[in-house]
Amino acid sequence: MKEMMNANELRKKYLVEDMMPTIFCNGCGHGNALDYVFWAMEELELDLDKVAFTSGIGCSSRIPGYINADGLHTTHGRALAFSTGLKAARPDMDVIVFTGDGDCTGIGGNHFIHAARRNIDITVILLNNFIYGMTGGQQAPTAPIGSIATTSPYGNIEQAFNICELAKALGAAYVARWPVSHPYQPIKSIKEGIQKEGFALIELMSPCPTAYGRRNKLGNIEKLWQWYDDNTILMEEYDKIMDYGTEEEKEAIKSMIQIGVFQDEEKPGFFEAYDELVDRLIEIDDKKAQGGK
Amino acid sequence: MKYERDPERIRRVLGDKVQFIQGDIAVAYGGLLAGVGFFGGYPITPASEVAEGMARMLPRVKGTFIQMEDEIGSMAAIIGASWGGQKTMTATSGPGFSLMMENYGYAIMTETPCVIANVQRTGPSTGQPTLGAQGDMMQVRWGSHGDMVAIALCPSTVQECLDMTIECFNLSEKYRHPVVLMTDGEVGHLREKVIIPDEDEMELFERIPATIDKDKFIPFTNSQTRDSKVPDFPAFGTGYRTYVTGLTHNKMGYPATDKQKDHEELITRIITKITDDREILTDVEEIELEDAEIAFVTYGASARPAESVVRMGRKNGIKIGMLRIKLAWPFPRRVINELSKKVNTIIVPEMNLGQMVHPITEYADAGCKIVSAQKIGGEMHLPDELYKILEAEL
Ligand SMILES: Cc1ncc(C[n+]2csc(CCOP(=O)(O)OP(=O)(O)O)c2C)c(N)n1
Ligand code: SF4
Ligand SMILES: [Mg+2]
Repeated sequence: MKEMMNANELRKKYLVEDMMPTIFCNGCGHGNALDYVFWAMEELELDLDKVAFTSGIGCSSRIPGYINADGLHTTHGRALAFSTGLKAARPDMDVIVFTGDGDCTGIGGNHFIHAARRNIDITVILLNNFIYGMTGGQQAPTAPIGSIATTSPYGNIEQAFNICELAKALGAAYVARWPVSHPYQPIKSIKEGIQKEGFALIELMSPCPTAYGRRNKLGNIEKLWQWYDDNTILMEEYDKIMDYGTEEEKEAIKSMIQIGVFQDEEKPGFFEAYDELVDRLIEIDDKKAQGGK
Repeated sequence: MKYERDPERIRRVLGDKVQFIQGDIAVAYGGLLAGVGFFGGYPITPASEVAEGMARMLPRVKGTFIQMEDEIGSMAAIIGASWGGQKTMTATSGPGFSLMMENYGYAIMTETPCVIANVQRTGPSTGQPTLGAQGDMMQVRWGSHGDMVAIALCPSTVQECLDMTIECFNLSEKYRHPVVLMTDGEVGHLREKVIIPDEDEMELFERIPATIDKDKFIPFTNSQTRDSKVPDFPAFGTGYRTYVTGLTHNKMGYPATDKQKDHEELITRIITKITDDREILTDVEEIELEDAEIAFVTYGASARPAESVVRMGRKNGIKIGMLRIKLAWPFPRRVINELSKKVNTIIVPEMNLGQMVHPITEYADAGCKIVSAQKIGGEMHLPDELYKILEAEL
C-alpha cells in the first residue's frame, strides 16, 4: 500500500509557493476544496503533467492558480466551454474545472447545461456559497429564499437553483453534493468524478463568512460551519424519513439540503462517441481509397 | 484521439485540384489545409457554410468539430483547444462576432493562437442576415475592451478566401494572436474557380514550442530562444505547468492586477510584437497606380466593382488607379501616406457608412482629398454608381 502523506507534504508537492498567500478570507471553505483535490490526486497517483485545471472568474475560480499543474483561468462563466475545447485537443489529459455558483449557474448556465448534456468528459468542482463572493456579496442564483445580499437587501424572493437536480436531469454521468466541512466524502467524490467517463459534477457547499455569513447573521466562523452540519441531510436518510417517518420527523427535515451521490452511471462520454464516429468514417474513406487504386 | 495533420487524407477529402465553390467553403478548405484540428462554431447566416463544411470534412481527417451552444462558447472552445496544442478555428457573422468580443480579448491577453472567419453582414443587431456588408471593420480593431491591436485580412475572391485562411493561421501561429479573416456575405456566397494548393505550394507556420528547461522557462515574456517578443508556446500537457489568465499577469503568468509596471510591460509587448512588424505585415495590391492622379482605396468585396471602374476610367483616359488593402489591420500607414502624396483624391468605397475611411484619413496627407463612397442595405456599389462618384471628383 502507498504511504500516505500528511497535509504539509501534500501541499509541498501540489501547491504553487509563489502564489501564497491565497486570496481566501479567514474561514472561507474554498481552501478546503483545494486540499481535497490534493488528496484525491495523491490517492489516484495522477501525473501532474497530464492534468489541467480550468476555471472561470470568482474566488472559487482562483483555485487553479494555486495548483502546480497547467491552469486556464478563463472568463466569467465560460470555463466549461474552454474545457470542452481543451479536452477535445488533449483527450488523454484529465481536465478538472473549478467554478462558483455564480460562475457556473449564473452567467455560465448555458455552458453548464450543454457541457452536461453532451456528457463532456470533465470533472467539475462547483463551490456553492450561495453568493457572489468575489464582488462583495451580490445575489446568486443559488441564494436561499429570504437570504440577504447587497442586491437583495430586503431578502431574496427568487427560487434557488438545485444544481444537482439540474445536472441529473441533463444526464450527467456523475452528480454529488457535499459540504466542505468534512473531508472524506468530498475527496471520495472528487476521485470518483475524475475516474468517471463523461461529465462529473461535484457540488461542494462552501461557507463564505465575509460576503454571506456575516450579512445573513449566521454567527462567527465556527457557527457558520456548524450551519452546514445542522442543515444538510444524507439523501438516503431523507428518503427513509419521507417514506417511513412521522409527520414531525418529516417536518423537521423538509427544508434541509440533501447531500450524497445523486447519479452515478456508466455511459460513453462525448469524446468516446466522437471517436467512434471518426473510426466509422475513416474506415469508409480508406476502403474507398483502396478500391480506387 | 489526438489530431495530427495528415496531408494525404486532407487532400483526399478535399477532392479535385480545381473546383468551382463558394467563398465560405473555400474558407473551410483553407482551414483544413492549414491543419485545423478543432473547429467550434454556431450557425449564422451568411457564415453557416463554413461550419457545415467543417462538420462534413473535419471528422474525416480525424479533427474535432463541435457545434457549440453559442458564439461565446465557440470562441472559448477554440482557445481551450489551442492551449491543448491544436490549430483551431471558428466562423461567424456580425451578431456572433459581437458575442465573441469577450473571449477575443481573452485570446489577445493570453497570446493564444486561433482563427476567426467573420463573414460580415450589417447591423446594428440582427440587421440583414442574408446580405453582405462590411459592418465590423472597426469592431475587429476596437471591439474588445482595453488596449489591443488586431490582425485582420480581407479576401476579395474565393481563391483568396482559401489562401488567406491559411495565411491567417500562419500569422496567428507566428504572433500568438487571434487572427480574423474579414470576409463578407458577398464573397462568402460567391462561387468562383479555386485551385487547391499542393503540399509544396503552401508555406505553413507552426507556433514555436517551448523547449528550454522547465525551471528556466518564463512563459509570458520575450522568447528565450529567439530574437522575438513572441514567447515560445508551452502547450498544456507538455510538462511546463503554465498558468494562463486573462488578468494582468507578470512574466511568470501570475496575476499582477494592482501593478502598474507589470500591466504596462505586458500590454506594450503584446501590442508591439505585432506593430513592430507593420511593414512586414503590410499587404496591398496596386492597380494602375504608376501615373494615377486619383485612386480608389478598397478592400474585400468593394474592390470588385472598383476594379471595373478603374478599367472603364482608363479606357476613357482618366488617370485612375486602385490600392487594394489585403491586410486591413495593422493598418498600412506608410502605403496610405505615400499614396496620398501622389494622388489628389482618394475615394474609399465601402459597404458601410464609412469605417476604413477613418484610418485612411488619419494617415493621408492633409493635401489629399478623401471621399467616402458609402453604400448600405446589403448591396455592393454598382460600377456605374462608382463611376459617377469618380466623375464628380475629376
Ligand atoms: C463578464 C463579467 N461580468 C461580471 C464580472 C464580475 N464578477 C467577478 S466574480 C463574480 C461573481 C463570482 O461569483 P461565484 O462564481 O459564485 O464565485 P465566488 O466568488 O462566490 O466563489 C462577478 C459577478 C466579471 N468578471 N465578468
Ligand atoms: S469573499 Fe467569501 S468566497 Fe471569497 S474568499 Fe472571502 S470568504 Fe471566500
Ligand atoms: Mg459563489
